[in-house]
Amino acid sequence: MNLAIRDIRYHRGRFILTSIGLGLLLGVVMSMGGIYRGLIADALSILHASKADIWVVQQNSNGPFAESSRMPEDIKYRIQAVPGVAAASPLSFQTIQVERQGKPFRFFLIGYELRGIGGPSEIVSGRDIRQKHYEMVVARAMGMQVGEKIHLGLHDYTVVGITGKIVSSSGDPVAYVSLADAQDIQFKKDNDAIRNERARVAANLADLQSLAPAQKNYLRQNITAITESTHTVNTVIARLAPGADLREAQERIRRWNHFKPVSDAEQTNLLAKGMIEKARMQLGLFRVILLVISAVIISLIIYTSTLDKIKVIATLKLIGAQNRVIIGMILQQSLLMGIIAYGIGYGLILLTYEKFPRRIVLESSDLQMLFGIVMAICVISSFVGIRKALGVEPAEALGG
Amino acid sequence: MDKNRYAIAVEKLTKMYGNGETEVTAIADATLQVQPGELVALLGPSGSGKTTLLTCIGLINEPTRGKVVIDGITVADDGWKNGIDLKRLRREKLGFIFQAHNLIPFLTAQENVMIALEINHLSKNEAKNRAIDLLTSLNLGHRLNNFPSALSGGEAQRVAIARALANKPKVILADEPTAALDTDNGKNVMALLKKLAVENRSAILVVTHDHRMVEGFDRIFQVSDGRIVD
Repeated sequence: MNLAIRDIRYHRGRFILTSIGLGLLLGVVMSMGGIYRGLIADALSILHASKADIWVVQQNSNGPFAESSRMPEDIKYRIQAVPGVAAASPLSFQTIQVERQGKPFRFFLIGYELRGIGGPSEIVSGRDIRQKHYEMVVARAMGMQVGEKIHLGLHDYTVVGITGKIVSSSGDPVAYVSLADAQDIQFKKDNDAIRNERARVAANLADLQSLAPAQKNYLRQNITAITESTHTVNTVIARLAPGADLREAQERIRRWNHFKPVSDAEQTNLLAKGMIEKARMQLGLFRVILLVISAVIISLIIYTSTLDKIKVIATLKLIGAQNRVIIGMILQQSLLMGIIAYGIGYGLILLTYEKFPRRIVLESSDLQMLFGIVMAICVISSFVGIRKALGVEPAEALGG
Repeated sequence: MDKNRYAIAVEKLTKMYGNGETEVTAIADATLQVQPGELVALLGPSGSGKTTLLTCIGLINEPTRGKVVIDGITVADDGWKNGIDLKRLRREKLGFIFQAHNLIPFLTAQENVMIALEINHLSKNEAKNRAIDLLTSLNLGHRLNNFPSALSGGEAQRVAIARALANKPKVILADEPTAALDTDNGKNVMALLKKLAVENRSAILVVTHDHRMVEGFDRIFQVSDGRIVD
């Protein structure tokens, strides 16, 4: 006869409520793990979508995600010329926040060459960008429809396609425009800014006595065009030809082009270990705290449940029950509570994880490990109850 | 003393608690014998030591001095005998009935009896059949699947008696079995114990301070200040 199940059957209301409470706690622990995995998946989603072998960034920087990196767009020609490089394309990144339908609307804008690499990896509805200007492809998470327009910089852009789930390392959904448009949005000044700039230049030129009036006049009219170069990008990504040596290509870029070539693996490491390390530690610590709280709760529940059963345990001992009968009752109850609570937590997270504002990735290895930890906690927590139970004297069954 | 004739034989049993200045003698030189089929009472006021004597005979409390023999087995001789398996002896030789029935609240009447049998290694089916037989013989056939909370005091005590009898023990020890019952139910329980003592050839030792119930006993030992005085 299984005493643990009989006890649970009799006190099922209390047991279910306790398990639900514990299940909610374990659900939070699972979501923490899912958030952490989601952080990694988010951080690496642009990386994976671009399928680049090398990220060429500004010298002495760890860009373009972990640090800022700026470089001339035409560097792509030098990278394309490196032996072993099959294709190289510049990319421009910027975070944009505009107001849409009365709410802040934030996304990560990627500018790419339409005939190059680094564009949307898939189109789930609509089409790719075909015109050089004023078209955009957005991630599904942005909630925009094909044909919808959005005003960015000085122009309106039309959504022509929807891509899958792709977000920046900070979790903002990604949108794509042509590189020229992205540079326009980022660097092109509006009319007021141009007028102000001209006035400022004119004031500065007036102080220069060494310039002839004709030179001053020429400079005043053309200084903006001379200084305003929008041909700046954040990185140039490169794909290697089959069989090409990654290290050799990196070394050539580093030595002859004076840029930093970051391999895909190095970039992954920078993002996963560097950028989200603190978040990982924070979440990890939080998970540990929650597991400790779970352990304390299970211990308390098992201990109080044992205290409730002192007379039962004493009676069982008096009628000759072996210790294993009593240990089994407490241990099985603790394990059952853990299993049911885990099931509740898992069910909860399964029903809700898609509704979280950030991506939750449930890895089966994480869930299995958590299950193992919960079982271990249940076993350890039951020791307090078992210790108490084994100390109960059969004589306690006597008397009123 | 021919110990083998008796289901219970106690000789000069002494139980002391504490030591030095705090030493208290709960039982002093108690000697008694109970034959199979006998219903015997330990009568005395609260604090007289009768429950302590019962716990020493019930292999719960280690006697300080003296001898205890249960069904021909010497279990204590100036302390527990070496190598004696008290739990096994309690399972196989003894049955206990308590003042407050002490049924396990989360088991049904039938399961409360079955647990005593399963602890004694009977198969589930055997235990079930014997529990049903026992409870039916005690007029509780209609209460098999009721939890103790749904039973009356008298019914609960009869289930407790069925549990005590389950393993056909040679000795049944009852601690104030009628204390929580009204007079009628108390008398019914005593009559039942008397009947079972005779039918099963079990020695039944009952601790009580309830003078209303003394009529049915074969013998009565009066306990006072830790001594058997009569």
